[in-house]
Amino acid sequence: MADYDVTQSYMQDISLGTSIIAVSFKGGVVLGADSRTSSGSYVANRVQDKITPLADTVYLCRSGSASDTQAIASYVQYWIAEHQAEKNGPVDVSTAANLAMQLSYNNKNMLQAGLIIAGWDKQGGGSVYAIPLGGTLLKVPYTIGGSGSAYITGWCDKYWRDDFTEEEARAFVVKALTHAIARDASSGGCVRTVTITQAGVKRDFIPGTKLAATFGELPTPASS
Amino acid sequence: MDLNAFGRGAAQACSNSKMSDAEPHTGTTIVACTYNGGVVLGADGRVSTGNYVSNRASNKIMQLTDNVYLLRSGSAADTQAIGDYVRYFSEQLAGELGEDPSVQTIANLVGTMNYNNKNMLMGALLVAGIDKHSGGQVFGVPIGGTIVPEKWAIDGSGSTYIWGYMDSAWKPDMTREEAEGFVTEALALAMARDASSGGIIRTVTLDKDGATMRYVGGNEVPLFHEELQPPAAAAAAGTASMVVG
Repeated sequence: MADYDVTQSYMQDISLGTSIIAVSFKGGVVLGADSRTSSGSYVANRVQDKITPLADTVYLCRSGSASDTQAIASYVQYWIAEHQAEKNGPVDVSTAANLAMQLSYNNKNMLQAGLIIAGWDKQGGGSVYAIPLGGTLLKVPYTIGGSGSAYITGWCDKYWRDDFTEEEARAFVVKALTHAIARDASSGGCVRTVTITQAGVKRDFIPGTKLAATFGELPTPASS
Repeated sequence: MDLNAFGRGAAQACSNSKMSDAEPHTGTTIVACTYNGGVVLGADGRVSTGNYVSNRASNKIMQLTDNVYLLRSGSAADTQAIGDYVRYFSEQLAGELGEDPSVQTIANLVGTMNYNNKNMLMGALLVAGIDKHSGGQVFGVPIGGTIVPEKWAIDGSGSTYIWGYMDSAWKPDMTREEAEGFVTEALALAMARDASSGGIIRTVTLDKDGATMRYVGGNEVPLFHEELQPPAAAAAAGTASMVVG
């Protein structure tokens, strides 16, 4: 009886349910992600790091199938390493994004990967590229992805501005993810952010208990 | 006007559509919200049949009694039938009581109908109104027959995109103007992103003095990220209502 077969709930493919976001500002980019990896109803990892380095100043946010996105990241990291050795310099964000797009588009029937690539290079400054399912490549000022992104589309449309400072961009990312985590069952855990500028890369982590309470939620008791 | 060609075009659009059911479907975004003094209800105006927009200025707000209104989403036919039945029962009840029924009673009628016919109906409804016992109230009555009183409620396909906005921007004890602006903005944000919602915005505000209907034409709907303003020339020439975008 399918109703009582727990494998239906707990032994499905590992999926990055996910809420991911990247926002550019003058001088760099901020990437953000939740930390929940689910296998059906089971949360396989509640502190997952979905923001993966492709190069020193180019990072990737992963959503969709965990295995597909890990495989894509591996290939792109390898090609970038080769490319940087031949070029004798850092890879451009647009090049990294193009490599990921080629993989995603040419294997579109087999892959389930929603990617956001963002970083800093001398050529383009801070750049954000969206590569949704199917392999479209879009250069955008900001983008959101993953299952949780649907719930914050309206919020982001309303509150995004093209003149954020680094602090404002980061605050926007954290608030957006807080709202997505509140409403999406496949997103949760903590909020991880990566800020990339010419000066380098800064990683940050906000535990779930420290996120602001949204509508209807009670704030975390002070003792925790 | 060749009505035959018109019908054929619509049928063509339906058969081309990937959605195999060509039944009229209120894709929809509906929003209801309490404020300091009453409730504000709002809905978009799009009814789609597959890819074809069969009505781009429909009225999804149905009056059940003087003081209680119904917002409809899901199957257009099912929600019209539910609304008609509940309006009939409510009129009888109002006659028997000699006064307006309470909002909770009407919400229960709608919810009971959804629950007892849950295998057949596909109606996700919001019931909102004002009565002298409890002031302005909003009830969510989704598919299946749950009845949930809320400070604010949203439903319909477009509501997915505005959960974050509603959570963030709703505050208690808004004024009438704030609440109307809030509902209008929420609908505009959802209509921008949901293919099944769009066109115009209709709102109804209920307070102790009665009901006020507002209409926001397509070219006056607030615009957000990446949306272009209507061309200034068209606006100046007074043909802004025919903006093609």
